[in-house]
Amino acid sequence: MLTDKLRSLMVVGLLAALLPVVVSASEGESFPHAGNDVRNTASLQRGARNFMNYCSGCHSAQYVRYNRVATDLGISDADLKANLMFTSDKPADTIRSALKADDARAWFGNAPPDLSLIARSRGTDYLYAFLRGFYLDPSRPTGMNNVALKGTAMPHVLFDLQGLQQAVYAPAKAGVAPVIEKLELTTKGSLTPEQYDDFVRDTVNFLDYIGEPVQVKRRDLGVWVTLFLLVFAGFAYMLKREYFRDIH
Amino acid sequence: MSQEVDQSRRRLLVTATALTGAVGAVVAISPFLASWKPSARAKALGAPIEIDISKLEAGAMLRVEWRGKPVWVVRRTPEMLKQLDQAAPFLLDPESGGSVQPAYAKNSARALKPEYFVVLGVCTHLGCSPTAKFQAADVTVSPDWPGGFYCPCHGSKFDLAGRVFKGVPAPANLTVPPYGFINDGRILVGSDGSQAA
Amino acid sequence: MANKGYEAVTGGGLWGWINARFPLDKMLKEHVTEYYAPKNVNVWYLFGALAIFVLALQLLTGIFLTMNYKPSATEAFGSVEYIMRDVEWGWLIRYLHSTGASAFFIVVYLHMFRGLMYGSYRAPRELLWIFGMVIYLALMAEAFMGYLLPWGNMSYWGAQVIVSLFGTIPVIGDFLSEWIKGDYFISDITLNRFFALHVVALPLLLVFLVVAHILALHEVGSNNPDGVEIKKHKDARGIPLDGMPFHPYCTVEDVMAVAVFLLLFCGVVFFAPTFGGLFLESPNFDVANPMQTPPHIAPVWYFTPFYAMLRAVPSFLGTQVWGVLVMFGAILLLFFLPWLDRSPVNSIRYKGWISKLALTLFAISFVVLAYCGMKPPSGIFPLLARIFTGVYFAFFLLMPWYSRIDRVKPVPDRIVINAH
Repeated sequence: MLTDKLRSLMVVGLLAALLPVVVSASEGESFPHAGNDVRNTASLQRGARNFMNYCSGCHSAQYVRYNRVATDLGISDADLKANLMFTSDKPADTIRSALKADDARAWFGNAPPDLSLIARSRGTDYLYAFLRGFYLDPSRPTGMNNVALKGTAMPHVLFDLQGLQQAVYAPAKAGVAPVIEKLELTTKGSLTPEQYDDFVRDTVNFLDYIGEPVQVKRRDLGVWVTLFLLVFAGFAYMLKREYFRDIH
Repeated sequence: MSQEVDQSRRRLLVTATALTGAVGAVVAISPFLASWKPSARAKALGAPIEIDISKLEAGAMLRVEWRGKPVWVVRRTPEMLKQLDQAAPFLLDPESGGSVQPAYAKNSARALKPEYFVVLGVCTHLGCSPTAKFQAADVTVSPDWPGGFYCPCHGSKFDLAGRVFKGVPAPANLTVPPYGFINDGRILVGSDGSQAA
Repeated sequence: MANKGYEAVTGGGLWGWINARFPLDKMLKEHVTEYYAPKNVNVWYLFGALAIFVLALQLLTGIFLTMNYKPSATEAFGSVEYIMRDVEWGWLIRYLHSTGASAFFIVVYLHMFRGLMYGSYRAPRELLWIFGMVIYLALMAEAFMGYLLPWGNMSYWGAQVIVSLFGTIPVIGDFLSEWIKGDYFISDITLNRFFALHVVALPLLLVFLVVAHILALHEVGSNNPDGVEIKKHKDARGIPLDGMPFHPYCTVEDVMAVAVFLLLFCGVVFFAPTFGGLFLESPNFDVANPMQTPPHIAPVWYFTPFYAMLRAVPSFLGTQVWGVLVMFGAILLLFFLPWLDRSPVNSIRYKGWISKLALTLFAISFVVLAYCGMKPPSGIFPLLARIFTGVYFAFFLLMPWYSRIDRVKPVPDRIVINAH
């Protein structure tokens, strides 16, 4: 009964086919694609520089070691010490922020989160939207709000690069809270919007990398593992076929 | 059975599958074994350390922990260095042929600069940490004691360059770790000066 | 020598020396070289061996994770990241274990569905089925406790929700949930005892149960897609005519199954270890925070069918224990399957259209419930969950009726061989 076997395979195939549907359906709010590439070392190096200069003042990355970053991104020891290490002088140290948690709570109401895993818990698309999503809002203590995270306590530390954005609301409807249609640049920053997007993309790329430093190596190794297993499975299949010639 | 069994084909396939499987198993086991090597954190904690020796007085000793072991830095006086020559006839291995030290410390003073003696304070017998007995003729050791280090566990004796005396349990001189001078007042232990940033 | 005669029986050399003292040869014959499996077993019969393979993989990777994991509320999350980043190959060991957990359930669910299809639970295999069901329960406990250990925010709130289930039991509920936690909330104390159960107690129990499951299987013999007993027709030497020795036939087939399984499994481990947030959920990359529940909370996918049933039942008479009862009832019913099925035949191949429809609806309800359990309880999902909870229960509760009236096909006396 070959049909029976076929039917069994079809059931398994159907279940396997269902999984991606479930996966895609289980994703949350959608943001525009960040489009970063963790294989782009130059982008990661720029991202590391951005991170150390603009983020690490307040945010730690307590599971990430400077020397691991240097090795993975091809940054020399001298470069690392001179340009990237601001809170420590030992390359094997993890990235701690200069800000004390108590001070942070007093100033922002919240301790800035550790960023080691932020790309894994929130996703790169969210981070890309967040870092581009600040707009003027006089009702907030920092004078800024964010389209990706309403009521964020984080001040817009990149405003001199991006400039300032104003929210443009969709035509108001009765009984419905105003909806932001788009953000409009009202004060120019030192970077053009395109340059700023690249700046954010590099930074997000670095956050993606530190979320799982081994990810590139993991995928590369996976190719070899798959090729090996194909050979093994091929032999095992031929062996099984050979022995089952006895069974009839 | 309708067909003749091709035994050689079977043998070949069994061998091919078993060999591939064995290669796979060995490769699969290696990450597990490798996971026992010192981790990045252990390496970070065991990284070379800088020691400030600018305030170390002549004849005094500094103890610093590195990789869970005591590192001693002794600033030897000219008299102490003279004692080394006197001790030589009584030593097991005065030229340090059978002990562990960097090439630059394989001399009678066992040091880069004779004035500063850097050594691991771990007895080469069974791992106790010897006691500093710099005073010559210290009666707690022996009346003819030339001055050096004395291991309280099994009575091994070392001179002021960590060289072991004859007739004691310890088989070799004390180990000198790699080290280098960053400047006159600071040394780096765990890495040669040449590698220090 | 007194043993001389005995060794002559068992053979000489080291082999004989061992066999005079330990029944190695006897056990190998009984369980491997002279255990006869039906010749017509198909691909569905490979999941048992795969389950053992995954169990071994989980034990191995689990032991190595334990070497670097710290079961304390302050250190657990950091120690997992330490494994992922600082321990050489730690990431691989961790991904193998986290993917292995999901793989275990996939394999076990397919293995159980095979049993449903071909009537592997029916006499004389009732006890074999019950051992299997106890393994499934132990596996769920093992998975639940293991899920707390990374001390991520989903770990924390998942444990919170499941432990609260016990709190809904009238009278003793509050005491029970406090007793399980050993504290007034999920704390360091809870983590520590879950760790002990996850790495010592439950694995021991699982291994013991698996041995019992296999011994029971080898006592009654493997079922097959035709659901006929191969022991009924034996040759002069007492070997079943429709049987093939486990070795080499089943062993080469199992090796092939492991190879194919590893291809899929390693595909996930190396290319999609989080599997889109199904195997490793993104809120679990935030450390446990008793002050903040993740915006959307659901158990890991393998528990969601039962979670959907829990939510499908409204609370009434001032208590929400009903949902809990339905959820546990859904699992408990499986235990009674051998006595609910009144069909004269074992295999779905010879059952009538009612049984085929019932089994199909059951499989669909399980998948739909799993999906509902992952989604927030809004929109169409609560309704879907209620409908399919009904279908799920109807499959079992109506079985004594429909399995008896269903028109069956005649069962052959001997097995029907698949074209290989």
